[in-house]
Amino acid sequence: MEEKELRAVVVATLKTIAPEVEDAELRPDRPLRNQVDLDSMDWLNFLIGLHEKLKVDIPEADYARLVTLGDVLDYLKAKLK
Amino acid sequence: MIEFKLPSLGADMDEGKLLEWKVRPGDTVKKGQVVAIVDTSKAAVDVESWSEGTVFELLIEPGETIPVGTVMATLLEAGESAETAKRTKHEVPVAKPAAPTPAPAAAAHPAPAVTGRRRISPAARKHAEELGVDIESVAGTGPEGSVTLADVEQAAAKKVSPARTATAPDKTPDKAAEMRKAIAAAMSRSKREIPHYYLSEPVPMRRATQWLAQANEGRPITSRLLMAVLQLKAVALALKKFPEMNGFFRDGAFQPSVAAHIGVAISLRQGGLIAPAIHDVGGKTLEQLMLDLTDLVKRARAGSLRSSEMSDPTITVTNLGEQGVAAVYGVIYPPQVALVGFGRVNDQPQVENGALTVMPMVTASLAADHRVSDGHRGALFLAELRDLLQQPENL
Repeated sequence: MEEKELRAVVVATLKTIAPEVEDAELRPDRPLRNQVDLDSMDWLNFLIGLHEKLKVDIPEADYARLVTLGDVLDYLKAKLK
Repeated sequence: MIEFKLPSLGADMDEGKLLEWKVRPGDTVKKGQVVAIVDTSKAAVDVESWSEGTVFELLIEPGETIPVGTVMATLLEAGESAETAKRTKHEVPVAKPAAPTPAPAAAAHPAPAVTGRRRISPAARKHAEELGVDIESVAGTGPEGSVTLADVEQAAAKKVSPARTATAPDKTPDKAAEMRKAIAAAMSRSKREIPHYYLSEPVPMRRATQWLAQANEGRPITSRLLMAVLQLKAVALALKKFPEMNGFFRDGAFQPSVAAHIGVAISLRQGGLIAPAIHDVGGKTLEQLMLDLTDLVKRARAGSLRSSEMSDPTITVTNLGEQGVAAVYGVIYPPQVALVGFGRVNDQPQVENGALTVMPMVTASLAADHRVSDGHRGALFLAELRDLLQQPENL
């Protein structure tokens, strides 16, 4: 999957949780949960959405690595290889 | 004859707008069955019946805004029939004239339609006539394919000229402003009437976080637990020993509740908050609580809650730690008598067995009603809550 395509999937999933998100305003290098108001239920639903769309397993132990949008994209890219 | 009145769905509700009837004259109604959808300032609420019977008359038309306590419908009790039931004149509070010409009561229509026919509510049919829409051509999106007011309006919007639609009443009043007003009213009442006292207790969370990590390790992502459900269950169990924190203060007296129906404060993305109940938290497993919480948050955000969820909370739990605060000192939601708050769970320097260590901690707080309990009992309640969170395997 192309990076651009992957980003589109991730942002679309994010928008199902936080419809107010503006794609252009998302900084890939800032903590996602600071940019978008996500509580732990939202975060879990976001990851469930990614799991269902991309068929990747995301163990809870990996949550700590998923801070920025860039982290999430890198993590998913590695998982999808 | 049973009178079905618009219930109060919280201290901040004094009127509601009937959106849709889910029953029609002649239908039998069970306890807990959803009979109507009513729009409040916070959500479109599925209003449930508290008694069993057969629908006799629907007295309010969809679109009407009515005060809490208004008789909306009458039900026949078992053994009663339309002939034997003498309808008494109801003391109906004067409703705001939401519709310029009150539509005739649905009961004026003849016997319920034969099953198998298309389900079209009387209000939808009437509205279709007003808008010049052929009701038979309207696709129904309601339950069992029923044609709702919204379906009629959508069909009308497609065919009616812009000049005509411009005369339609504004269907999107400022919900955010309405909700702010409702919260302001409830919270002002709380601060005016309830003598709050506040306590807080630092709670070690090492065992709970370790237990949770281990429990989630073997679970697929779709059935993982959140710390919030451990906290909710611990609150419910602590309440068993401290019933004076759980119930309602009404008419000058405290009415304790046996079950802990915990109102969960849920912030809404468009602003404002809502705190619907998860029923009988103490009697549920953590897995069940997680399912209930997920479902409740989803429906609260979608604006689709049940009346019992709105009116039943016997205590509220708020978890503002999600937003990063260390502790929260809440305002009690009347007629409840207590609110438990959790701050964020984070690593703190702690002394353990005489040595300095790093420990995940959370500050649990209690705002309670001094008319019902004293600080001493409140302190013991928080200590019990702290101890329960040290034994996550027993939650």
